Amino acid sequence: MSSYLAVLIFIFAGTGIVLFTFFLARLLRPSNPYPAKTVNYECAEEPIGDSWVMFNPRFYIFALIFVIFDVEAVFLFPWAVAFGQLGLYALVEMVLFILILFFGLFYAWKKGALQWV
Amino acid sequence: MLEMIIISSVKVIVVVVAVLTCCAWSTWLERKVVAYMQHRMGPTLAGPFGLLQPIADALKLIFKEDLVPKSVEKVTFALAPIISFVPAILTFAVVPFAADFEFFGYQVTGIISDLNIGVLFVFAVTSLGIYGIVLAGWSSGSKYSLMGALRATAQMISYEVGYGLSIIGVILVANTLSMKELVEMQGSDSIWFFQNWFVFKQPLGFLLFLTCAVAETNRCPFDMAEAESELVAGYHTEYSSMRFSMFFISEYANMLAVSAVGATLFFGGWQGPLLPSVLWLLLKMFLFMFFYIWLRGTLPRFRYDQLMNFGWKVLFPLALLNTMITAAFVMID
Repeated sequence: MSSYLAVLIFIFAGTGIVLFTFFLARLLRPSNPYPAKTVNYECAEEPIGDSWVMFNPRFYIFALIFVIFDVEAVFLFPWAVAFGQLGLYALVEMVLFILILFFGLFYAWKKGALQWV
Repeated sequence: MLEMIIISSVKVIVVVVAVLTCCAWSTWLERKVVAYMQHRMGPTLAGPFGLLQPIADALKLIFKEDLVPKSVEKVTFALAPIISFVPAILTFAVVPFAADFEFFGYQVTGIISDLNIGVLFVFAVTSLGIYGIVLAGWSSGSKYSLMGALRATAQMISYEVGYGLSIIGVILVANTLSMKELVEMQGSDSIWFFQNWFVFKQPLGFLLFLTCAVAETNRCPFDMAEAESELVAGYHTEYSSMRFSMFFISEYANMLAVSAVGATLFFGGWQGPLLPSVLWLLLKMFLFMFFYIWLRGTLPRFRYDQLMNFGWKVLFPLALLNTMITAAFVMID
């Protein structure tokens, strides 16, 4: 547990430094906002409409594919650590697992899910 | 217990300050190296060889007005720089920076926290950095920022899979996730001090790691998220003053972190003859940094569809293949 305590200290130190510099900057910097300054930057044009615009649904598809294959990667980590003790059986099993996922990737590929138009 | 907390705190402060210093002078290195590649001089006015330029930049940024556009989501807008900065430097909590040494009679380990899942921790923390970018882009209320954040996210998650898979080969060979043990395994007393480095056992794994690392940190040629010419800096368009500089620092901290992980996993970390161990790690890290800058000075930007295709259709299958081949080789041994 004590090794995680050190990580916690690290997180506090990191956050502390950011907050300290923000505080310091607040003391030092000028503040003179007026309406023209606080408009969103769109290369000097007046922004039209809402900023949360519609975007390509492909982003969602890639997010889904990512979840599938990242979980696979997470499965591979414990297997890789214990591989020395597990022997041939583990190798065959994992090759089967990877092949199934390869097939999944191939399927997604053929279906055009990986195609960015 | 108290003694351990104090020693840890001192180490944390030293490492955090060292990382920030490295970040600052990495910006100088980048400007200087890119300048010479383009037959310019780069910064020359502040100090000898422009060495004080990072300090001048920091001073300038701290005196700048902090503009907050009226259409932002206030809370997330303020949190985003912190969320992107802290994970960026958090990697250094598990990177072994030196051999164990004695300091004023205390036995000190050369690592802040020797987690037995060190490598997994690194990847977990690297993924957290995405939240900073997404929140920044979404809360800015600007179209450029939203597009930049979306692109950055899609790119980072695409390359994250390959990034994680590329080092499974190393773990197969080493059978451990502890960064400290990984470094100790790569040491050698003979004159060929580099003979046990994992880069020689995992050449393909290393190339994959290197490519994915560049994409993970949104660096050129994968810097679609920032793309000055089309997205006006992407997710941090609306940030100014210190908040902007936090994003700037975290980009460099991310590069340094990835360099440190690469040096640790593939180039023996702090292991090396003659020089002190900290210097060896710094030397290896800055070779990686130089490589990053070199890429930026030479390569044009990828097109977005090329980038996604490359990640999913080339790097990912190659990483899987590398895993299987390595497993087979380990089996034969």
